[in-house]
Amino acid sequence: MKFELSRLTGRLLAAVVCSTLLTGSALAGELDVFAGKKGKIDIAGGTAHIPVMKEAAKRVMQTSREIRISVAAGGSGVGVQKVGEGLVDIGNTGRPLSDEEVAKYGLKSFAFAIDGVAATVHPKNPVGNLTAAQVQDIFAGKIGNWKAVGGRDAAIHLYTRDEASGTREVFWEKLLKKGTIAANANVVASNGAMKSALASDQDAIGYVSIGHIDETIKAPTLDGIAPTQDNARTGKYPIVRKLYMNTKGEPHGLTADFIKYILGPDGKQITAGAGYLPL
Amino acid sequence: MPRGNITPSLLLFATLVSALSVLAIFGFLLWFAAPVFTGETLSSLLSWQWRPQQGEFGILPMLAGSLCLAGSAMLLAYPLGLGLCCFMHGLGPTWAARPLLGIVRGMTSVPTVVYGLVSAFLLIPLIRAGFSGSGFSWLAAGLTLAMLILPTIVLILDSQFRTIHAQTQLTAAALGFTPAQQVLRLTLPLSTRGLLVAAALGFGRAIGDTLIPLMLAGNAPLLPHSPLDPLRTLTSHIALVVATDSQSAAYGSLFACGVILFMVSLLVNLALRRLRHE
Repeated sequence: MKFELSRLTGRLLAAVVCSTLLTGSALAGELDVFAGKKGKIDIAGGTAHIPVMKEAAKRVMQTSREIRISVAAGGSGVGVQKVGEGLVDIGNTGRPLSDEEVAKYGLKSFAFAIDGVAATVHPKNPVGNLTAAQVQDIFAGKIGNWKAVGGRDAAIHLYTRDEASGTREVFWEKLLKKGTIAANANVVASNGAMKSALASDQDAIGYVSIGHIDETIKAPTLDGIAPTQDNARTGKYPIVRKLYMNTKGEPHGLTADFIKYILGPDGKQITAGAGYLPL
Repeated sequence: MPRGNITPSLLLFATLVSALSVLAIFGFLLWFAAPVFTGETLSSLLSWQWRPQQGEFGILPMLAGSLCLAGSAMLLAYPLGLGLCCFMHGLGPTWAARPLLGIVRGMTSVPTVVYGLVSAFLLIPLIRAGFSGSGFSWLAAGLTLAMLILPTIVLILDSQFRTIHAQTQLTAAALGFTPAQQVLRLTLPLSTRGLLVAAALGFGRAIGDTLIPLMLAGNAPLLPHSPLDPLRTLTSHIALVVATDSQSAAYGSLFACGVILFMVSLLVNLALRRLRHE
C-alpha cells in the first residue's frame, strides 16, 4: 500500500493539474450529456484502472451533483465476479475475459487502454540488453548467474507475480511464450510491491507495467528495443495488454454514458495522464 | 418486563449469534469446498505441485509452509514469552516487571503491516547480505512472526501467573520461599491451564496471520529445505489467488485451503484441550 503511495500522489497531482487546465474545454464538451441527470454507477475490479476511473468519476460528479459514482478495487477476478452477480455496474479487468466467464455471466467488454509490461532489474545492474530467449531462460531457471548475460558474478534472484495478475499473464504469454517460471521465484502481490523488491535487491529481475518504471528500477532493452510507451504505441515493443471495462449485457443509461465518456477524447486524455496509452 | 430479565436473554442472543457465525463459516466453507473434495480433484489437491497453467493444484507445499512457519515462530516466541513471564514474576528485580509489561502491551498495538514493512526494509537486506538468496525467506517471516505472537503469549501467561501468585503468596511466604523459588516451584507448576491456552492462542495467531508471510516469506509454492528458502503459507496463498478468475479450478482450491486452515486450528485447540484434562 505504501509502495503505491508516491505513485498515486504523482498521478493525483497530474490529474489535478490536467483537470485545472482543462476545466474550460471539459465543461463545454462531452460532459454535457451528464448535466441534469441523476443516478449512481458502481465500479469495481482491476487496480490499474483506478486512477482513470476516479478522475473520470470526479469530473462527471462535478457536472451533476445528483450523480454518485463509487470506485472500488479488488483485482480483475473480483471485477468479473461483482459485475457478473449484478453487484456493480462496471467490472474492470486487466485481462480479456475467459470464455467461461463470458458464458456464465453474459458479459460485454470495452477495451480503453494499452499498457506495456517490461522485464526490469535494479538500476545498478550493468546488464543493458536482454534477448527474449535470455529472459525466457532466466525465468525458467536455466540461466542462474548474471555473468551468463553480461552482468556481475552473482546468483539471479527471480521475482514474479501471482496467477491473478494481469501483468503476469501478458508477460508469461507474450514474452515467456507460456514457458515455465521457476517454482522457487519469489511471488509478490502488486506492481508496487514488485518495484520496491527490485529497487532494493541488486541481483533481482522481475517485471512491471511500463507505467510503473521510474528511476528506482531499470528496464533493459528487449532484443534492442526500449520498452517505452512510444514503442508500445507503434507496435515495435510487443509485450502489451489491454485494460477493459466489462458490463453485464449491453450497458444502458448512465453506465453507457460513462463508458462512452471514457472512450471519448476526454477519457483518452485522462487515460494518457495516468500513464497508459488510450485506445 | 423487569429489567433483570432482559440482560440474560440479550447475552444468550449474543452467544447464539457468535456460535452460529462460527458454525456458518465452517458450513459455508464446506459447501463451497465440497466439489473440490470429491473425486479426482482431491488427489490433484493433495500433491506437491502448484502449477495452475498445467492443471496441477497441489496445496501440500502451502500446508507444509503454514506448519513450518507457525511451528518455528512458536518455537522461538513461546520459550521467550515464558522466560519473560518468569522474569517479571520473581526471577528478575521487582522494578523491572512494570516497564517490561508496558513494553509488551505496547507491542500488541503495533499493526501487523508495520512489522512487515520494517522487516522488509531492515531484516530482508540483512539476511540477503549475510547469507545467500534474495532474503525473502522462512527465516525472515519466522523471526517477524515470533515478534507478532510474543505479546499474545506473554499477556495470557502474565494474567494466569498473577492469579496463581496472589493465591499462593501467603503460603510461599510462610514457607520462606524466595520470589524465584515461588515462581519456579509454585506458580509455574500450577499454571498448566494458562500455559496451554497461551500455546493454543499463540499458534492460532501464527498460523492465521497473512500479511507477514505474504510480505516476507517469498511465497514460492515449494517445500522449504532450509530457513533461507522461500515458502508459501495457506493464508498468503488464499490472498494471492483470490483475485483470479472465479470460474477456475485454482479459485475452487482456495475453499479447500480455508477448510484445511480451519481444521488445523481446530485440531490444535482440541489436542491442547485434551492435554489439559489428562
